[in-house]
Amino acid sequence: MSLRLPSHWAPYVLVSPFLILFAVFGLFPLLFSLWLAFQSWEPTSGIEAMKFVGLDNFVFALTDGWFWKALRNTLWLATASGVPQHLVALPLAVFLHQAFGRWRGLFSGAYFLPYITSTVAIAMLFGSLFSTDYGLVNQALHALFGTENINWMRSPQAIKPAVAIVVFWRYVGFNLVLYLAALQTIPHDLYQAAKLDGANAWQQFWRITLPGLKPMILFGVTLSIIGGMQLFEEPFILTNGKGGADQAAMTVAMYLYREAFDFSDFGGASALAWIMFGLIALLTWLTNQAFAERRAVA
Amino acid sequence: MTKSLPKYAAYLIVGAGALIMLAPFYFMFVFATQSRTDIFNVPPPLWFNGELLNNIGVLTTRLPFWKNVGWSLYVGLMSTALTLLFCSMAGYAFAMLEFRFKKALFALVMGTMMVPAFMNMIPSFMVMDALGWIDTHRALYLPGAASAFGIFLMRQFAASTVPHELINAARIDGCSELGIYWRIALPLMKPALGTLGLITFISSWNNFMNPLIVMRTAENYTLPLALRSLFSTTSTEWGALMAGSAIATLPLLVLFVVSSRQLIAGLTAGAVK
Repeated sequence: MSLRLPSHWAPYVLVSPFLILFAVFGLFPLLFSLWLAFQSWEPTSGIEAMKFVGLDNFVFALTDGWFWKALRNTLWLATASGVPQHLVALPLAVFLHQAFGRWRGLFSGAYFLPYITSTVAIAMLFGSLFSTDYGLVNQALHALFGTENINWMRSPQAIKPAVAIVVFWRYVGFNLVLYLAALQTIPHDLYQAAKLDGANAWQQFWRITLPGLKPMILFGVTLSIIGGMQLFEEPFILTNGKGGADQAAMTVAMYLYREAFDFSDFGGASALAWIMFGLIALLTWLTNQAFAERRAVA
Repeated sequence: MTKSLPKYAAYLIVGAGALIMLAPFYFMFVFATQSRTDIFNVPPPLWFNGELLNNIGVLTTRLPFWKNVGWSLYVGLMSTALTLLFCSMAGYAFAMLEFRFKKALFALVMGTMMVPAFMNMIPSFMVMDALGWIDTHRALYLPGAASAFGIFLMRQFAASTVPHELINAARIDGCSELGIYWRIALPLMKPALGTLGLITFISSWNNFMNPLIVMRTAENYTLPLALRSLFSTTSTEWGALMAGSAIATLPLLVLFVVSSRQLIAGLTAGAVK
């Protein structure tokens, strides 16, 4: 590098790619979307056709039955895929931490693998596994429990669990790895001392392990809430973008996509995005409050 | 370690769980070698068959498949190269240099990590439209090339491995500030560059939402988008689809086997700090 410039410029040169890309593709779009949320506009009719409509888009979104349905779907899917993730990942992490020694990496890798795989490939595969007549899941259920074939992809009752299973499978390993990392920070002396005091394994788990994991539980649950409320790719691909039978797997992010790109209502979709943003912020805050209160009592 | 029974129970549960986690991958590769109808045999196929080349043949007639693979590679490599450059530049500056607004700018970086993906869906489509970038590949690799996650990762690493004394010594020797970044800091940041490179390539390879919004013609599709377009035809070619999915997954499996420790540590870096 032979170019010489005053040395106090160097930091700004170094951060300039970030600043430029952030301004053009981060900040500006965000502000523009806030502005759009108060406009009525169809992109095909040109920028002049934009009209200020005040809070109309927000009122419309909040009185729109489809939005509430999509929100209920999202909450259902986020809960049904998110809660089991933590209930499974945490004990598994404890088992792995206690009993696996040098095989730990191999096993946690097996659980982690779905997280780095393409959603499309996964959704395609599960699409075939959940196939109605001769899919592997139905065949296995029939062989094990003698159940009738379930129309996974075409019945509104079955499509939600199907999507939740895929999401659970995809992210449980990520949480496992988080908990495993947190377990390694709990001092070993604590367990030694507890053992000397005659605490059994169960008591050690409740009195040492769980309190020690609390910050990571808060972090992991927060990530699951943020991710769950944004669910898009898995249900979108599994239902071919349409939301499935009776739109039972249409999430808010999918509804937002359809409103913008299928129905060309950019203003309405932007209002929806900001409503969801507020909701996610609120849920995150509530989670933090719940954990903080527990800590104060304990 | 007196009680061995709970230990064996733990082995059993964790092992069975791991098999369940890996089974879908196994079936993906088994199905890739089966014909469209054999996939749904009773009982289902549990072992490999000889239909892989036929399935790939169907893929290449239905899609510009190898072109799609090529675009995925191209976008992945471009986004990796740019991300490594831009994030190491910014990360180094945030970690090692003093400048006005540094704190505020770094708070901005952290703030952008919190913005949900769907917030950007509509406005970034409009920006691409205004720039005339619809259906171009730079719309896929350029906007995310200075990712907040990457900058954060680079800053953490630089702060803990690049010694201030070394930088000061280079300054006294008359090395320019950019020269110090390029010739001294960057080589020291190699391990973190490797991690970030892996993460960036994988997420670009898998990216679905961005191409969905900006790409228009099948000739320009990346792999995930191309595979999905096969799904939407009325009679799904399951064998071909599984072969395509397996081809999309194989490079990731290889990367993961080679570097899982590094990858997992990098992807959870924000949590563990």
